[in-house]
Amino acid sequence: MTAIPLQLPRRLIEFTLDGQETRVPEGSTILDACRAAGKDIPTLCEGDTLTPKNACRVCVVEVEGARVLAPACSRKAEAGMTVSTDSERARHSRKIVLELLASSTDLSTTPRAAEWIKEYEAKPERFGEDAARLNEEPKVDNDLYVRDYDKCIQCYKCVDACGEQWQNSFAISVAGRGFDARISTEHDTPLTDSACVYCGNCIEVCPTGALSFKTEFDMREAGTWDESAQTETTTICAYCGVGCNLTLHVQENEIVKVTSPHDNPVTHGNLCIKGRFGFQHVQQR
Amino acid sequence: MDLHFGDSKPTDEERAAVDELLGPASTAWEGADDRTDTDLRWARGGREARERRDLLLPGLHAINDRIGWISEGALDYLCRRLTVPPAEAYGVATFYAMFAVKPRPAKVLHVCTDLACAAHGSGALCAALEERLGAAGSASGGVVWQSSPCLGLCERAPAALVIQAGAPSGAAPSRATPDAGSARDGAEPAPAPWGARPSWPAAADPAGPLRPAGAVNGAQDGGRPEGTPQEPAPRPYATAVIAPATAEALVLAAAEPQAAPPEPAAAMAVPQAGQPGLTLLRRVGVVDPYSLDDYRAHGGYTALRRAFDLGPAGVIREVTDSGLVGRGGAAFPTGRKWQATASQPAHPHYLVCNADESEPGTFKDRVVMEGDPYSLIESMTVAGYAVGASRGFLYLRGEYPRALRLLQNAIDQARARGLLGDDILGQGYSFDIEIRRGAGAYICGEETALFNSIEGYRGEPRSKPPFPVEKGLFGKPTTENNVETLINVLPILTEGGPAFKAIGTAQSTGPKLFCVSGNVERPGIYELPFGATLGELLDLAGPSPTMRAILLGGAAGGFVRPDELHIPLTFEGTRAAGTTLGSGVVLVLDDTVELPRILLRIAEFFRDESCGQCVPCRVGTVRQEEALHRIVDRTGAAAAGDIALLREVGQAMKDASICGLGQTAWNAIESAIDRLGAYK
Repeated sequence: MTAIPLQLPRRLIEFTLDGQETRVPEGSTILDACRAAGKDIPTLCEGDTLTPKNACRVCVVEVEGARVLAPACSRKAEAGMTVSTDSERARHSRKIVLELLASSTDLSTTPRAAEWIKEYEAKPERFGEDAARLNEEPKVDNDLYVRDYDKCIQCYKCVDACGEQWQNSFAISVAGRGFDARISTEHDTPLTDSACVYCGNCIEVCPTGALSFKTEFDMREAGTWDESAQTETTTICAYCGVGCNLTLHVQENEIVKVTSPHDNPVTHGNLCIKGRFGFQHVQQR
Repeated sequence: MDLHFGDSKPTDEERAAVDELLGPASTAWEGADDRTDTDLRWARGGREARERRDLLLPGLHAINDRIGWISEGALDYLCRRLTVPPAEAYGVATFYAMFAVKPRPAKVLHVCTDLACAAHGSGALCAALEERLGAAGSASGGVVWQSSPCLGLCERAPAALVIQAGAPSGAAPSRATPDAGSARDGAEPAPAPWGARPSWPAAADPAGPLRPAGAVNGAQDGGRPEGTPQEPAPRPYATAVIAPATAEALVLAAAEPQAAPPEPAAAMAVPQAGQPGLTLLRRVGVVDPYSLDDYRAHGGYTALRRAFDLGPAGVIREVTDSGLVGRGGAAFPTGRKWQATASQPAHPHYLVCNADESEPGTFKDRVVMEGDPYSLIESMTVAGYAVGASRGFLYLRGEYPRALRLLQNAIDQARARGLLGDDILGQGYSFDIEIRRGAGAYICGEETALFNSIEGYRGEPRSKPPFPVEKGLFGKPTTENNVETLINVLPILTEGGPAFKAIGTAQSTGPKLFCVSGNVERPGIYELPFGATLGELLDLAGPSPTMRAILLGGAAGGFVRPDELHIPLTFEGTRAAGTTLGSGVVLVLDDTVELPRILLRIAEFFRDESCGQCVPCRVGTVRQEEALHRIVDRTGAAAAGDIALLREVGQAMKDASICGLGQTAWNAIESAIDRLGAYK
């Protein structure tokens, strides 16, 4: 289902994208234009339901005449600008960003990370064995989901989803500074003592698998997690009258994870604790 | 927003510290002890409850000043008062180096280990302190010492700063609460159930008892009494600046900060003080920095009168005609910035003075603020008038206690005399200035990070566009200028734009302040017209005969060789020579200094000061430091691999970082490798 927002038609602006004249509606980002043109730009901190923080810098492109590279996810296309998405400079920065992330963070559950590392010929191991890593242990402090910050690239998506952009719970924030910065509750208290309402909307937007269902975490630990053996069924949540869409991820006839379609015009992929985690009764046999 | 709080309660002392800033809590929703029937019937919320977010940083200061660290109970109470989620407030508190969220002794000794101090033996000083006080960061005898980034005292290196939390003996901490409360009620006659949102500009409340600034120890400054008309505010904390420092002096000062010897006058940092021909420094060492009358007797406030004669558009025209460009390092034309702000339809407009001078080796703004504080207040008034602002914020770095004292005094005096507040000089223009203290974050000198810091968020830079002239502080059109840029406006108005443009070169007009430190005989602030060469400047300062390198522009700048003294000190001249003028740092290193150690220190600085927002800077600065560690004792082929790695990471930091910190974190190291032949 696609939302068709009612609004005035937008003016088209024209600019040059990789040597091609391109027309996009005013207000589009360079990334929108790239996607419309079928170009595949790596992104991590960009999310379809959130305002990008442009913190990961993996989507940088070269804008002619600019001193520095621009993040495609948040730089608006301007009439007359000339953008190259695949220039030497842009590719170099993407490669280094991937190396910096992979050398400090566990990207094993980040979709497409391995593919990009190969494509950009990134060699994270060249920083040596002593290169500082996040070295975080998974935080298992509740029955519903796990925060494994060793996999966290600090894209701010969970903070934004928890805070002003969606849930307004403000249970988490970035604490500390620089390389020591971590996503954290106040005083790093367990989630059970925090403002968390277990809506799981942070899990929905996490691009690296740092936030995951306890079921998924346990199955990965046990080595039984197998996405190829899973089916996805989108249905309607039965708890209340809102009618949120649920996508049930089922492996061996057990619900292992619940997501929600991001293109739903009402909920944009957001759920509450009941829709997200209240599926155990289905499999009480 | 449904806030969730833990069970921790503030101590009476913590509550008093917050209440002194905000007034007592009026309802149980705000954390008052007694819940009334009214509280049960209605709650407050919405915009009114949240709009005091900008008092978060002053609130954290209030707790940290009084207690020395920020406990869970204290943070929760502050959050209740301001309707801020505790997780966000924790994120803000842990962002700043001067705050602690774990218990620590009341006395914290910050020992500068940055470039100028490293060239003057801070390493040996730290080793001696380790013997006497234990390892850095370990508490002993009510003191904890820690190494610090540049304290801006480079002319007196090695430098240290002692901060003692809690009211020094003599000041009764309990008196603050009821008095501050009644003063507030008097200032705000309308029912103010939200407590202490002071009416602003606080014309009826010149003492500003709700503002934390200025409530500091006046024991230094050679015993000069503060000339405020009000009774002295309670002093929640004491500071002592020890420079040049010895281990003995530091141990003594740490034991009893209030008994520390007074700091020398600011003019001691100006070797040219009192000489004819100075423009920006002409009053430093000549006027009494506490006295408004003295300032006016030396030409003060003639520029403001001239501004009122010209009108806002006329002021902008003069500044544009003068060719003045920003002195903070980016060299943006000031007139254009003012014009762009003034012409924005959105209101209100804000003026922000960036006095968060933290670039290693930079201390010019401190010397100006300590030696001639009224000139900054007058310049801000002129700038506010030109851009159509009625509120100005002066963001002062937290490590400048004396500048804070003097500026707060200057603001109070100016307000009492009708030079700030409503209807300045009977011209119908209202403007007031509020000081906001930084808390130890270099990144807050980045203009948009500074906005976030004032607004009560983590001091992380915003992405541009939109630019501050369009959406700046509180999302409104804002002009932000460096201290030195602003004080240039005074001679522009009194002498005229064209006369100012006649000084210096065609593209770099006017006088410039240079911060000369390191291995020179007469370190300090020098004022020269743009166009003087590096050699001419160094001749004044008496460089070491065995110069090895000169760092221009600070840690974010670049090194040049001693055989490049012909470089003209202008924006275009340094650019042509492939280096930068930056903030005006000229740091001389002689052959006693181990260059690889200095480079390592620069890398450590950027690693410590990266805000952590974007990947190239957050991880890149760490990888840069690791590589420099590996090659600290290596040269030639043994270092070549790591140098190649440094270049690759450096290029990505330069190209892909969000802000100037990451973009320049590799500059100085690159120049040392390419220009000085480091590691060859």
